[in-house]
Amino acid sequence: MTGRGSPTRPRLSYHAVQGLWVGAFLAPALVLFTVFLAYPIVGAMAYSLYHWDGLVRGGFAGLANFQRLLTAYPYQERMLNAFWHNVVVFALTMIIQNGMGLVFAVLLAGRTWGARAYRAIFFMPVVLSLVVVGFLWELFLNPIWGVVNKLLVLAGLGALARPWLGDPHTALLSLILVNAWRWVGFPTIVFLAGIQAIPDEYLEAARLDGAGPAAMFRKVVFPLLAPQVNIIVILTFIGAFNWFELPYVMQGVTGEPFHSTDVLGLLFYRSAFGAVDTGNPDVGLGSAIAVVMFVLILVTSGLGAVYLRRREVEG
Amino acid sequence: MRRIWVAAILLALLAGFWPGGGAGAQQKSALTFWSWREEDRAFYEGMIHKFEAQNPGVTIDFQTFKPTDYATALSAAMQSGKGPDILQVRAYGALQPFARPEFLVPLSDKVPELKTFSPQWLEGASSRTDGKVYGVPFAVQTLVIFYNKKLLDRAGVQPPHTWDQFLAALKTLKDHGITPLANGGKEGWTLEVALGVLGPNFYGGSTFYDAVTHGQTTFKNTAFTQSLARFAEIRPYMPQGYMGVAYTDMQQLFINEQAAMYIGGIWELGYFQSQNSSLQIGIMPGPVARANDTPWVSSYDDGNYGVNAKTPYMDAAIKFIRFTATRDWGQAFTDQLKQISAVPGIQVHDPTLRQAVGYMRHSTPYIMLVGLPVAEPNRQRSHPKRPPGFVRRLVDAGPGRRGCDQGTLDVVCPVPGTVSVHPSIGGDRGGRRPAPASSSVTCWR
Repeated sequence: MTGRGSPTRPRLSYHAVQGLWVGAFLAPALVLFTVFLAYPIVGAMAYSLYHWDGLVRGGFAGLANFQRLLTAYPYQERMLNAFWHNVVVFALTMIIQNGMGLVFAVLLAGRTWGARAYRAIFFMPVVLSLVVVGFLWELFLNPIWGVVNKLLVLAGLGALARPWLGDPHTALLSLILVNAWRWVGFPTIVFLAGIQAIPDEYLEAARLDGAGPAAMFRKVVFPLLAPQVNIIVILTFIGAFNWFELPYVMQGVTGEPFHSTDVLGLLFYRSAFGAVDTGNPDVGLGSAIAVVMFVLILVTSGLGAVYLRRREVEG
Repeated sequence: MRRIWVAAILLALLAGFWPGGGAGAQQKSALTFWSWREEDRAFYEGMIHKFEAQNPGVTIDFQTFKPTDYATALSAAMQSGKGPDILQVRAYGALQPFARPEFLVPLSDKVPELKTFSPQWLEGASSRTDGKVYGVPFAVQTLVIFYNKKLLDRAGVQPPHTWDQFLAALKTLKDHGITPLANGGKEGWTLEVALGVLGPNFYGGSTFYDAVTHGQTTFKNTAFTQSLARFAEIRPYMPQGYMGVAYTDMQQLFINEQAAMYIGGIWELGYFQSQNSSLQIGIMPGPVARANDTPWVSSYDDGNYGVNAKTPYMDAAIKFIRFTATRDWGQAFTDQLKQISAVPGIQVHDPTLRQAVGYMRHSTPYIMLVGLPVAEPNRQRSHPKRPPGFVRRLVDAGPGRRGCDQGTLDVVCPVPGTVSVHPSIGGDRGGRRPAPASSSVTCWR
């Protein structure tokens, strides 16, 4: 392209040149991916196969760490407890956060007065720092100064006031609601974009066929939202099983009170690195937890994606 | 012209790299000192300055980390052999991963000053594996009850001495519309500290501690379960929704004079005084069962200074660590930081702090920290002084729950206020969770 090549130099074929260019452009990303992602993941998997004494790697352990994690007290109990909480977080987040997101999206897509303003308002918490959200809600839910209990008392519902974050019956639910408050704008925007992409002809045709708003939603809008629903389900799943920051900020590394907000992420963190100043690191066990989480999320979201995709095509 | 500039820059760069450039033949030792106490920087830099003045050629750079990140940062650095030369390390269980000759220098024969230290504090600086001392204890903590003199006066309450007087005082305060106790339980460890204050007078202090750590009794002993039952009696006097009250809330309640008493550690004293100078603080030990008992106070080594085994400046580092074990250091530590130094023979000038030191003449190890060691989860190594099997087997040393091995008890302080105790299944090495609460002592609901 650039002038005439010198006749003495052997020319590389077009494909080879293109390959080199592709390689050159991919190389930085590939190197970063390998060094900062692939290598640590493989490393963590390898760590889980060794005995660890504090920080010092011992001999090859085979699957002993996994066996300990899944069968020995108290690891097994902690693991099941944390896993169950992840499941609860996923289920309730699907129902509460994504359900609300869908409702908001439908309302905003209609000719609601001030829809644009609401859209911005619903999305606002998403851009707040998670630490700020955690701190803010810790203040709101404080049993002495918190605005939540004060409002309940003002509304004559003083009997409902409780230490939301200190009571194991309400702590996890409180965290899920705080999380939903923060994230609800995200599914709202995704669903809204999906609804707005539905061609007007479909809705008009349905209307001419005599479908009311409920039937239109059920028969036309929701089925056509399948791609958006799928991506939200998968993202929610990954988010729920990687959940760490909010419980860490609000309930500490042990998932207080009494492990009632413990999730796999926290269990991994304190097993691998030791609880703040009391626990000792157990890298083998921590890595085993990380591997279990990784496999669980990979397999489930992979299968889920295939299944949902198929449904999408059928729809 | 340009050439001259280039030459000048090159020369300057070269001079920088030249070993011992210009300053004569003396070797420079630039040490680093890691700590989690940013708030104590002025003290440390002052002492370092003093040391540097007496040891020309040695510089020490004081670097701090967030307390919650410290263990992780130190683990990573020590593992990769890039740790600091001198460092703060925690005591007891949290010291154990570092208390080995690959990481820290055993100090018994290098720091003769340690011979004068109380064995009680040195235990916090020792490895449970080889029994060697790996650090110089820097501070001693003791657990007491703080009270607000003005609020007690307003309710006409005298600082109580016995348990019955204590409960009566709490009730009178409550009748006067004052929140009697600032204590909450959102983080379980604050409940443990409170048990450390109120428990020993009922379980029998060091007598029980020695017996249980030597395997002669268990936590099923009625003396201990009775102390838990007593502890439960303070529940009506804690703040509204106390299980949601976090550590910082407790501090604010006491500092802002919204609660009359605060069951906690003496380390709060300096902070309380600095936050509210009009606060009139008194302290007292945990109330006793009978009027002529001497109160026990729980005490422990708070943390230690250690030397990295891989430091290239071993002589300078040891010299500095010896300095931290001298009376000069200890006196300055106590005077400036309002903490009790572990160095013996220190004069305490602050009257409240002096009172706390007085209580420590009848001190007992803080059982939740010293007595229930954090076991290396996969090693089952026990403390030399503890019988085999007395090993915590929890993944997390987390607050709220402390377990001991078979034959002892699970002491569970779970939840909105439950303190319940139930036995482990004896001999079940496979270790299943025991059926809950067959001998439940107290359940707060």
